[in-house]
Amino acid sequence: MKKYISIISLALIVVITGCSKTDDEFLDIPPTSVIPADVAFTDPALVLAILGDLYNRQLDFSALDNRPIPGTDNTDPGWLTFGDFSESFPSDAGSYYLVQRTGWGYNEWQVDWFKSYAYIKDLNLFIQRDSAATELTDADKKRFLAEGRFLRANFYFEMVKRMGGVPLVLQPLIYDIGKGNVSDLQYPRAKESDIYDFVISEAEAIKNDLPADVNEKSRASKAAALAMESRAALYAGSIAKYGASRTPQVTLPGGEVGIDASKANGYYQTALKAAQEIINGSAGNYKLYEVLPNLSDNFAALFLDKTSVNQESIFIEDFKANGGKTHGFTTNDQPFSFSDEGDDAGRLNPSLNLVESFEKLDNTYAPLPTTDANGNFIYYNNIQDIFSGRDARLAGTVLLPEAVFKTGVVDIWAGYIQPDGTITTSDNAVNQKPLPGTTTPVQVVGKDGPVNGLALRSQSGFYIRKWLDPTVGSGRRGRGSDVAFIRYRYAEVLLNAAEASFELGDNATSALYMNQVRKRAGLTTPLEAGEITFDRIVHERRVELAFEGHTLYDMKRWRLANTVWNGSPMSKADLVSNIGSATKKNTQPWGLWPYKFYDPGGVNNGKWIFKETLPSVVTGSNLFQLGNYYSRINDDVIAANPKIVRQPNQ
Amino acid sequence: MKTTSYFSLIVLLAAFSACSKKDNYDPPQSKLTGALMYKGDSIYLEYNRVPYQLYQYGYGKLGPIEQTFTQSGTINSLLFNGDYKFIVPNGQGPFLWPKTGAGSPDSVNITMNGNQNLNIEVTPYYMIRNAQITGSGGSVSANFKAEKIITDANAKDIDNVVLYINKTGFVSGANNIAQAAVAGADITDLNNINLSVAIPTLTQKYVFARVGLKIAGIEDMIFSPLVQVSF
Repeated sequence: MKKYISIISLALIVVITGCSKTDDEFLDIPPTSVIPADVAFTDPALVLAILGDLYNRQLDFSALDNRPIPGTDNTDPGWLTFGDFSESFPSDAGSYYLVQRTGWGYNEWQVDWFKSYAYIKDLNLFIQRDSAATELTDADKKRFLAEGRFLRANFYFEMVKRMGGVPLVLQPLIYDIGKGNVSDLQYPRAKESDIYDFVISEAEAIKNDLPADVNEKSRASKAAALAMESRAALYAGSIAKYGASRTPQVTLPGGEVGIDASKANGYYQTALKAAQEIINGSAGNYKLYEVLPNLSDNFAALFLDKTSVNQESIFIEDFKANGGKTHGFTTNDQPFSFSDEGDDAGRLNPSLNLVESFEKLDNTYAPLPTTDANGNFIYYNNIQDIFSGRDARLAGTVLLPEAVFKTGVVDIWAGYIQPDGTITTSDNAVNQKPLPGTTTPVQVVGKDGPVNGLALRSQSGFYIRKWLDPTVGSGRRGRGSDVAFIRYRYAEVLLNAAEASFELGDNATSALYMNQVRKRAGLTTPLEAGEITFDRIVHERRVELAFEGHTLYDMKRWRLANTVWNGSPMSKADLVSNIGSATKKNTQPWGLWPYKFYDPGGVNNGKWIFKETLPSVVTGSNLFQLGNYYSRINDDVIAANPKIVRQPNQ
Repeated sequence: MKTTSYFSLIVLLAAFSACSKKDNYDPPQSKLTGALMYKGDSIYLEYNRVPYQLYQYGYGKLGPIEQTFTQSGTINSLLFNGDYKFIVPNGQGPFLWPKTGAGSPDSVNITMNGNQNLNIEVTPYYMIRNAQITGSGGSVSANFKAEKIITDANAKDIDNVVLYINKTGFVSGANNIAQAAVAGADITDLNNINLSVAIPTLTQKYVFARVGLKIAGIEDMIFSPLVQVSF
């Protein structure tokens, strides 16, 4: 034992003295897996790589790839983020809860507080380090800085939409261990209006440091900053105006929630000015996408075209097939009967509530005519005749029965119906049945549904078309789709301008902007200034911007959410009345089921009739409580920072 | 060496078994029950809509135990013994909850030491009195009086009154098979309000019914007692 000890001691002495000679070098080997900040900010390519990560961490309400679930490391699939609010039916057994719950929890739509502020810290660090960089060219440095500030402002905008005023932290917070307490790192919530003011002032400050280039889409551009400013100011203006008149209870005494009504006009003016700066071309040559002769195909192509032909999209989240960043939206939502993946398809089914809200070409609203004045069915020769003469955006947003997608034809019909009303159908298209009076089994229901409870086929009678990728192989899980998600686009800017002018009392200008968007949709009879109403504004945004993540935020800022989603079930009479009214109830997603009329020898044999149908899976109804206007700030956040006040009505 | 490993095993065992006694404690066993009352009358609410919060003093984290009142305005919580404060958050419930000067809800102090029954006295904006709900000829009719309780600066108007019927005992705006409403502006006599609703085709020979009153600017409705109506 003694021998060992002396040998070890000897060895130790040798090692230690050996080290002491090269001590400085030995302990100063640069790590090979980490690039230190002072090195990274010498090379524009490295800065761009850091920036790429920051771009990737932006948060959207609806996203094509996936959405993180707050408080967990899990995500929701992309399609689900488009699936709520009765604008669609989720044909996916694990997602029926969307239509079976009776309202939303107060924590719904909240941001993950800790991850969000970790992201803000990284943005603040980026801004700080870029400002301090000495070896970048001035042009690079300025642009990177502007991009960092754009991402930070856009993220605070996303936070304020969900949570109201949040702590406005604009520099990295460093904990001083010597001090022993964190009280100077605990920021109280800023006023809701302060956050909107911050977004607006940041956009103004950085817009000229960003490229005014219509082809700069996945990185921030001047138009992106202005589009953000216009939308933010519009939101703030409507919260100020309608918050005071419709939901005076949804405020906090410190202004963390709620904006004073006197500020509304100022915000609307800002929104209009920012939108007009894009419209008058000073941010690049943006215009509506008008390329294809068929207006519906043109509208669908707007969301697929990533070439320089598309001068409408302003800021996008881009994807690249075979390049590592793709999404499964097409895989999850492609029509079942010609899906690229046998058991992955058809989840997102637009509802009749949305479909019937697309206007007729004479600018009037009407339900889809299923019965005549006496209550008798109307017989249609072709299944699509019932949809004729409507806003071209209908067929551009929704795959109707017998619509063509890729190389297939959507096969949606619910069965055969006899003159006495007897229906012959089955639980699956592969289960054939003989028709009455015959013995040969035939297909008695569409391969794409609708059958109640049969997931992955349409249960509402429609499939989604917006964002659905017609590229070969885009429906395969392995390849995925690289359709980009458009965060800001020119048509929305026009609608922002239209709404802001309307709220400022200038209906003529409002009509001018709105008619441009409507003309592209085939609504060629312009609306007169006198025809522009609040309901028209609400309607136009609903149909133009359906499935783009606007529904909830629009309903929240107009303070219509607790009226539209009032929790009471929706009858057929509710469904077909008051179309185009901003306060129309929208609590349950209805469907429109086509039936083939079976009356051998009769004049109507083989024609189509339609029935409004509430899918039997739908048992809940949407209830939006006053406490839902601003998502809950969790107790652990408040426990860690007692300066944070709770949301109202929770 | 062997001795050492046996010895450490024993120490480890002792340590773990000791833990089981020290670390775990019994589940909460004191039951807090109670109901919302106004001068001896129960206040009826909608199921799962009106929350209440219990904060335990001296328990580190600042977070409430949150639950909701039942349809008949009762509460029911299993708690540890200790000091609590009880609040109804701002803007909840068809009644006026007392506030502190700073505008946050004023709390009721509760000391739990064994089971406790706590009746919480609140002032509702309105009470539904003498509700007579009867069924006949395929419809349910209700006759009742709406009494305005708060008449000072905090007074609110009636938005509407609704008669709900449902197949189960949960009867409200979210859970009903038929309803009939009259707007507050159309009510001529608060002492004599009549509502009638047709019963949809049912397999069962009874429905549950009650009347709800929606107060303007207040989210939660106040209800009459639940009645089972046979027809």
